[in-house]
Amino acid sequence: MAVTLDDVRHIAALARLGLSDDRAHALVGELNGILAHMDVLSKVDTTGVEPLTGIGLSTTPLREDRGPAIPLVHPIETFAPKFEDGFFLVPRLATHEDASDAS
Amino acid sequence: MSRATESLALARRIGAFDRDGLNILLHAADDALRRAERALDERRDRGAALAMDGIPVVVKDNIATTDLPTSCGSNILGGYLSPYDATAVAKLRDAGALIVAKSNMDEFAMGSSNENSAYGPARNPVDPTRVPGGSSGGSAAAVAAGIVPIALGSETGGSVRQPAAFCGVVGVKPTYGRVSRFGLVAFASSLDHIGVFGKTVDDAALGLEVIAGHDPRDATSAPRDVPAYRDAARGALTGVVIGKPKEYFPADLDPRIRERCETALEIMRSLGAEIRDVSLPHTDLAIEVYYIVAPAEASSNLARFDGVRYGLRRDGDGLRGMYEATRSSGFGPEVTRRILLGTYVLSAGYYDAYYRKAQQVRTLIAEDFAKVFASGVHLLFTPTTPTPAFPLGAKSDPYEMYLSDIFTVTANLAGVPAMSLPIGRVGGLPVGGQLLAPHFDERQMLAAAYALERTLGEEAHR
Repeated sequence: MAVTLDDVRHIAALARLGLSDDRAHALVGELNGILAHMDVLSKVDTTGVEPLTGIGLSTTPLREDRGPAIPLVHPIETFAPKFEDGFFLVPRLATHEDASDAS
Repeated sequence: MSRATESLALARRIGAFDRDGLNILLHAADDALRRAERALDERRDRGAALAMDGIPVVVKDNIATTDLPTSCGSNILGGYLSPYDATAVAKLRDAGALIVAKSNMDEFAMGSSNENSAYGPARNPVDPTRVPGGSSGGSAAAVAAGIVPIALGSETGGSVRQPAAFCGVVGVKPTYGRVSRFGLVAFASSLDHIGVFGKTVDDAALGLEVIAGHDPRDATSAPRDVPAYRDAARGALTGVVIGKPKEYFPADLDPRIRERCETALEIMRSLGAEIRDVSLPHTDLAIEVYYIVAPAEASSNLARFDGVRYGLRRDGDGLRGMYEATRSSGFGPEVTRRILLGTYVLSAGYYDAYYRKAQQVRTLIAEDFAKVFASGVHLLFTPTTPTPAFPLGAKSDPYEMYLSDIFTVTANLAGVPAMSLPIGRVGGLPVGGQLLAPHFDERQMLAAAYALERTLGEEAHR
C-alpha cells in the first residue's frame, strides 16, 4: 500500500494543511518510509482479538449531565484571534457561486 | 539548610537560566524570587507547613498555566496565555509550590530529542553537545541543571522516562488515569499522561503525591484514593518478585548499559527480591503500533488549532484558506508529518489495515503485561533506553528517532505505571533503569526505586 502524491494531497486537504509542491513530493517518500515499517503488523495473527478501546478503568465513570464550571481567569478577547459581541469572527464561508467556480 | 531556604536559593538561579545557553526554559516568571520570598513570609505567618512550601517547580510548556504562556513548543500557540490552570498545576499551587517557569519541549510533545521545538533545541546539562531527550527535554534538563528539584512533564510514548534517563534524573509516569489531564494539551488521548521529574526518588514521589487523584474535569481520571507515596521509602524488597523481560535485553543492547542493569538487578536481589526471567512476546511490535495509534489520535486532537478560538491566525482565501494558511505556517515539519500519517491511517480504505490492526496488536501488548503480573511478578526491571543521550543532529531519519522510545512506549500502550531512575554512567553519560508495575501500584514501584537509589548512592551518578 504505497502512498502516492494524490494521496498526500487528499489527506492534506482532509487535515486542512496547505502544502507546497516541494513539501508534498518530499512527504510521499517520508510517509512511505514510515509506513513500510508498519507492514510487519499485517503478519500478526489477530484472529478473534478485540481492538483495545479503553485502558485502566473498566467502565466509563458517569456524572450529572452538566459540565463542571471552569472559571476563566482571562477574558476570551485576550486569546481569541478575532472576537466581537460574544462571537468568534471567521472569514465568510464559500458561497454556491464560489463552489461552482472551484469545481 | 531548610527546604524553604534551599528553595529560595534555587529560585535565584532562575534569573540566570538563559545565560547558560542550554535553552531549557521558554517562559520564566520575572518575579520568581519575589514569589519565593512572599511564600516564605506567608509560611512564617501561617506557622503550619504545606507539602511543597516554597518549592520551585518548572512545568512543561503543554500544561496550562494562567500566569505563564502555554505554547506547546509551537508557533501556532506562541504567547498563548491559558484562561485556567491545569488541575496538576492548581494542586501544586495549593500545596505551596511556586511555578517558576515553563520548559522547552518538542512541538506538541512529538519528538524524542527536543530538537522539534519551534524555539530551538534544549541541550543536555551533562553534555551540551547532546540532546536532553524528549519530548519533556526542558523539564528533565531543568532538574538535572539544578534549577529546580521537581518538574512536571508529559508522556505519550516515554517523554518523561527517556529524558530522565538521558539527563540522569528520576522520571515517573503514573498509571493512566492516576493524574488528571485537565489542562494538558491533548496529543494522543489514549496514551497521554502527566508525569513528574525529581532530583531524587523522594522528590518525584512528593510531586506525584501532590498531583495524583480523581478530578471530575477529566473523564479518564480514576476515582481511587491516592496512597502516601513517600511512605514507600520504608518499604522492603523481601519477597518482591522482579521480572526481567528478555525482549528488553536484546543481543545488540549496548553492553555497558546491560552491565549497569545487571548491577541494579543484583542489588535488588541482595535486598531480598527474587529476579525472574520473563517474556513480553509482543514487545517488538510496540513502536509500529504506537506510530499508528498516536498520529491517528493526534490528527483528530490537533484539528482544534485552526485560527478560530485561540492561537495563531493567518489570513487566506475564505474560511478554508484561513484554516490551511494558519495550520501550515503554525505547525512544524514533524507535527505536519504526524497529522498526515494519522489522517492517512484513519482514512477510508486504510482504517482496517492500519488503525484497527494496530489497536488489536495493542490488546496483545496489554495482555502481555496482564499475564506476567498475574503470574506472581510484582515489578519489571529494564533499561529505559537502548543508548545514552545522542549528539544533536545525530538522528535525521524519523523512524530511527522513533526507535529511541523502544523500551518506553509499551507502558503507554498498556497504561501501566513506569519510572526511570539513574543507575550509573557510561562514558560520562547517565544511564536510566526502568521499573514497571501493575495498574495503580506506583507505591511498590517507588519502594523498589527508593531501595535501589539508597543502595547505589553515588554510584548512580558515576
